Amino acid sequence: MSIWEYANPRKFLRTSERVMPALWVSSALLMAVGLVWGFFFTPDDFRQGSTVKIIFLHVPAALMAINAWFMMLVASLIWVIRRHHVSALAARAAAPVGIVMTLIALATGAIWGQPMWGTWWAWDPRLTSFLVLFLFYLGYIALWEAIDDPDTAADLTAILCLVGTVFAVLSRYAVNFWNQGLHQGASLSLDKKENVADAFSNPLYICMIGFGLFFIAMVFYRTGTEIRARRIKALLARERQGESA
Amino acid sequence: MMPDLGKYSDTVLAAYGASIILLALLVGMTLWRGRRVRREMDALEQRMRRDG
Amino acid sequence: MVVPFSVGPESDLLARISPGVLWLGALLSCLLSLDRLLALDWEDGSLDLLATAPLPLEAVVSIKALAHWITTGLPLVLAAPLLGVLLNLPPEGYIWVVISLLLGTPALSVIGTFGAALTVGLKRGGLLLSLLVMPLYVPTLIFGAEAARRGALGMGVETPLLMLAGISAAVIALMPFASAAVLRINLR
Repeated sequence: MSIWEYANPRKFLRTSERVMPALWVSSALLMAVGLVWGFFFTPDDFRQGSTVKIIFLHVPAALMAINAWFMMLVASLIWVIRRHHVSALAARAAAPVGIVMTLIALATGAIWGQPMWGTWWAWDPRLTSFLVLFLFYLGYIALWEAIDDPDTAADLTAILCLVGTVFAVLSRYAVNFWNQGLHQGASLSLDKKENVADAFSNPLYICMIGFGLFFIAMVFYRTGTEIRARRIKALLARERQGESA
Repeated sequence: MMPDLGKYSDTVLAAYGASIILLALLVGMTLWRGRRVRREMDALEQRMRRDG
Repeated sequence: MVVPFSVGPESDLLARISPGVLWLGALLSCLLSLDRLLALDWEDGSLDLLATAPLPLEAVVSIKALAHWITTGLPLVLAAPLLGVLLNLPPEGYIWVVISLLLGTPALSVIGTFGAALTVGLKRGGLLLSLLVMPLYVPTLIFGAEAARRGALGMGVETPLLMLAGISAAVIALMPFASAAVLRINLR
């Protein structure tokens, strides 16, 4: 019994089908509880008014945007080293979920920033890093779509993911440095952790777990779709071969 | 029922609205493609089995 | 350089933005020439020959990147003082703009070669190539432009310049392996 058993597509499909209902239900439940609790039953912040309620979307989405890329990195490494197709397809399946999380983080951030900072967009280090992350997701997905041969696409995107990770981390430091250079001690600090009171932290944790489970459920489901799409391709190819022979 | 959101109600509602729309789009497209691919595969497998 | 026509001829504004404009020019001229870097060799099959040649593919892509730098990066480094005059660059900035471009543009060429290798087999790879390469350029651009900007303002340039040199050195040393690996996959 080892984890590599799930590298077998059939085994993966069977198992993921078994755990998926539980995942869907629990993630939907946790997200609903967390968001409803956050939206209806938390007090206003004395400084930010009711806009603190956005934190229950913004922080979990940002967290999952980064974790999704990290999961893609691990899956790409497994593909490069052990050549398990399920792993490459899981990385492909995760990318659109990651880009939506990045978009949610950016959108809620912009909407939140408008009344708080008086601007939709500021070249704050974190905002800029997320924009870079968004571009990486976009390039990764576009490269998958552009290449016909599935194994070539898997190899190339895996290498892009590895190289991209290095550059994403580098950009994070570069951007930090760059903006501190511009506005000594950025006044637009996004450091909310210090003023997150107990009243906010419980629903926030629930939302974070809910978003995490949502991501896992989506990746399982989408990986299953990718496996089937790959099988269709293989069957059609075999059929064509049979005709020509 | 509706909490008093004060002067920032538009902001909060817009943020929740935008996020829920994005999440719904993601789930919708995922399920749509998943169903279609599954149907296609079942049809193809059946045809292959019938044809030999 | 059409920048003064688009932002207006005020000299103090030009002086402030000129280091950044020069860096942007370097980036764009590099980006625009990338899709021809490997595409021609791919089409006429000489890339397959190069891959089977005794020279390792890592060396081939390094030489390709060097050739690209000589045709796009180097002329810009040499032309930078002249363009600086046109853009009203402050006099103390000249040396730093030239040094930052000299250190940074090789990294742009090497990273660009990786992007070109990734998209070499694709019919319309040009737009995809820009999309893939753009985020990879962010750190180089930030440190390079920051060094040039600080130099022009007469501030300390050591930190961004060191970071820029570090990025260039690391990229020149490691990126050819990634580019060669990608090319091998594409030539399979």
